This record gives sequence, C-alpha cells and structure tokens, in this order.
Amino acid sequence: MTKTYAEINEKIAAGKAVVLTAEEVIDYVDRHGLDKAAQEVDVVTTATFGPMCSSGCFLNFGHSTPKMRISEAWIADVPAYCGIAAVDVYLGATELRQNDPANMYFPGEFRYGGGHVIEDLVAGKKLQLFGLSYGTDDYPRREIRTMFDINDLNQAIMTNPRNCYQNYNVAVNCSDKTIHTYLGILKPRMRNMTYCSAGQLAPLLNDPTYQTIGVGTSVWLAGARGIVYAQGTQHCSEVERGANEVPVEGAGTLGLSGDMKQMLPEFVRGASFKGYGCTLALGVGIPIPILNPEILKRTTVRDRDISACVIDYASDYPQKTGKVLARFNYEQLRSGQVELDGRKVAVSSISSYHKALKICNLLKAEIEDGSFLLSEPSQRLPLHQGMNSLEITGPNK
Amino acid sequence: MITKKVYLYFPKSETEKPIVCELIRNFDLTINIFRAKVTPEEEGYLSLEITGTEEHLEQAYEFLKGFDVVIHAGSKAVHWDSERCTHCGNCLTHCPTGALHLADQATRTVAFTEEKCIECLSCITNCPFGVCTSAF
Repeated sequence: MTKTYAEINEKIAAGKAVVLTAEEVIDYVDRHGLDKAAQEVDVVTTATFGPMCSSGCFLNFGHSTPKMRISEAWIADVPAYCGIAAVDVYLGATELRQNDPANMYFPGEFRYGGGHVIEDLVAGKKLQLFGLSYGTDDYPRREIRTMFDINDLNQAIMTNPRNCYQNYNVAVNCSDKTIHTYLGILKPRMRNMTYCSAGQLAPLLNDPTYQTIGVGTSVWLAGARGIVYAQGTQHCSEVERGANEVPVEGAGTLGLSGDMKQMLPEFVRGASFKGYGCTLALGVGIPIPILNPEILKRTTVRDRDISACVIDYASDYPQKTGKVLARFNYEQLRSGQVELDGRKVAVSSISSYHKALKICNLLKAEIEDGSFLLSEPSQRLPLHQGMNSLEITGPNK
Repeated sequence: MITKKVYLYFPKSETEKPIVCELIRNFDLTINIFRAKVTPEEEGYLSLEITGTEEHLEQAYEFLKGFDVVIHAGSKAVHWDSERCTHCGNCLTHCPTGALHLADQATRTVAFTEEKCIECLSCITNCPFGVCTSAF
C-alpha cells in the first residue's frame, strides 16, 4: 500500500486528509496496527522550537533619492553585511550590537543583537537604519539615517544556512567553575545538564534517513510558508545510528528560507546567552507525507527510542576530544533528573517541547483546512556524508 | 496573624529614615527582607514579607503612607512574563525553590508560583529570553 504526493494533496485540497501530530501518531499506530494506519493516515506533523544560530535574513530597503549603494549598514545599531547589491543587506542572528562589550566584562550579557532585530522586525516595530557609502556617479548619496518597519521593505526573506539539527549534544560541566555556553549556564562538577531537541516531535528524528524531507520540501517557518533550499551547513549524515536508524548525535541539518512578512512573532524570538552571545530561537514545522508503512513507522519514534550523547563542555567539547561521558534517551532527560557517575544530575532543556507541540497542531490545522499542500523534494539530502575538520596550515608549508 | 508580601520604593528624600525599624518597634511586626537596595542619597527598593495582626498591618500601611514611600502590595519584585515565556524549561534547574516549575508534564508548560520565589534572581541570569525581570 503506497500513496503519492499528488494523491495526498488531492485529499488535503478536498478537506479529507487524515493528519496526526508526531505525538498522536504513536498511540494511533499502536491501536490500529502499522498497515491499517498507513492506509488511513496521510500526513504526520513534526516540529521544533529552539535557538538556531545559523539564521538570518536578506532585506531590501528600496532606493532613496538620490540613490545610494550602501556599503556599511546598521539596523538598530546592529551591523548588517553589505557585500551584495546596492540596497540589499544580510543580517545574521548572532551579530552583536555595535559597541557591545561582549565578554570584556565577563560574563557578558549580550542583551540585544541580530536575533532581537529579526524578532522586532517580525513584530512590526519601527527600527533605525543607518548606512554609509563611498559614493559613486550612479549612487551619489554617502549617508542615510531613517526609521522603517517590515512593511516598508520590498523583501524580508529569512535565509538560514543551518536549522533543525537532527539530534544534539547534551552538555555538562566537569570542571570546578561555572561555565557559560550556548547550551546555557553549566554549574561546576556536573550539577546540571542541558539538552536541546524536541525529541519525538523533531522533524529529522521522524524521518531519520531523509525519505521525505529534502531540497524543495515545503515547511512551516515561524508561520510562513517556507522551503528547504539546501542541505544545511555541517550536514553530516554518516554517523552512528541506532537500530531504528535514528542518529545518536547531531547528523542532518536543513537550510531553510521563508518570507518574514508572513511570520508570527511568537515563533521568532531573540535570545541572549550570558557569557556566550545572542541568537535567534525559531519555530519550524515540517509535514511528513505517509507514502508507505515504512515512513509511518519512522514517525512513531518515541522519546525513549532516541539517545543523545553527554559531552563535557568545559574540556572535551572545546578541545574536540570526541569523548562521550554517557548516553541518555529523551524520556530520561525529560524526567528532569538522571544519574551520572553515581550522582543525580538535574536536567533541563533549551528547546521548547511546549512550542513544538503547538506548532505540530497549528500545522495540522492548516493541512486539515486545505491551506497547506505538500511538495515533493527535487533532491534528496545526502545520506552518506561526513564532515571535514579545519586543519591549520602555515603559508610556507 | 497574617503575612503579606510587599515591595517598597524609597525616593531619595526618604532613604535616610529608619522606616523599617519603626515598623518592627511600633507595630510588633515580623519582617523578612528578601532583597534590599537602599543607599543614602540615592533612591532605593526593599522587597519584604510582613507578618503581624490584621490591625497592626493596617496601622503599618497608614504609617507608611505618611512618607513618600511607594507601596507595591501583594507582589514580589521579581516578575515572570507568561506571554514572553517560551516554556523551554531552562530555568527549572536554576530555580532553587521550585517557584518556576512544570505545571503540565504532558505539554511541558512552565508556570511561576510567586509565593515560593525567594528573589535569588538566578532566573534572570539564566533565561535567554528575558522573561524574568526585577523591579530593581
């Protein structure tokens, strides 16, 4: 029993598609059996919400009179990259505000940066553009200072080179002093532990071998209709996997893009990690078409079937030793406490299961009412791809 | 005996007066100070819990009204913004009293029980989204 994308889309358009969230499908398949459920269920919705540092946006401001080829730009005092056409800029999520002291007075607070600008833009706030140029014959203006909001822009296209990490490290601190990381503040001697995954709801954990999620897949990007435009940077699918093909470490990633003018502010949130930096937390939903029983089976993965590696972020992570202290599954991690080396360690999350679940249900509603159709990928994501390290070489070698 | 939480704002003109001392001495109150920032010649804040008879508490409030002190009754000086919370749960291992906790395990919804908050401010240091704020 197989279905095609066209058949599923016909059912969606007719308002007859059976859609379940990645949480609901687990019990559904238990009750109905895999083959019967594969006939009945058309789509499973998956989602994640968490910090995704490799995010940003292309903005086009339109031309002032006289025209200007902006060569340096700041939005709300956050620098944006101008090495592209005249009034296009790229604003990255982790860019610090001009004159932010960073970690000069440790730990830095990083209260406002690129991610916060993106949050404010989506929320419709007025922000300041300050731009400089060297001036040319066809673009004579050399300076601009003006207020704008997202509606004044011709385009605001979120373009994220790396989102939706398939799985992720669990961080602890084995040293004697507190450390500040992108997985939050870690107390000394393993007094707390943080993870960052939506587990059984996460898109690439529900499609571990990329059978349906590929280049060209339509995604729900913070409420906008987005797309997977490429494999994500550091996509590294050739990793250790469990019997269910689910990787036990980072593995696959997605490059995502979508129209920021269509996004919901609730799912686009600037974030500040004390002592580390600022970033953007983002909500992504991805529908998985149930083309056959095997695809359905992958979507029934439970938190207890997904393991993640505990890494010491005081030493082994920065020094790249590859040492793994332990492995826990997401059911254990979500319990709030695990036992490691004979001691109880409190566990918390940086990723929001609550928001991921909300996105699964929002996407489900959009598919059920016929407003979100699925798209067949034009290219599959690489399944056997490693990752290079950066070798440091001298100029005379 | 009843217990009320309150936080007080002292404008510059009131920072050198022994107001808390008089509250204890004149109205037989037990005062538990969570947090204070009162510096002579500067504005100040005081977050505290007051225990006493209802009559004494009313008299104490009347006494406070005789000064330029602003009384914020019924709330602590730490605020949790439910609208801004993303419910990631990062705060849970940093809150020592369980004031921040999971209200619903199934949907992993975070909630804040103000009565349990001791204003240690670790949530403010740890929340990436600036959900928790302090009045001072």
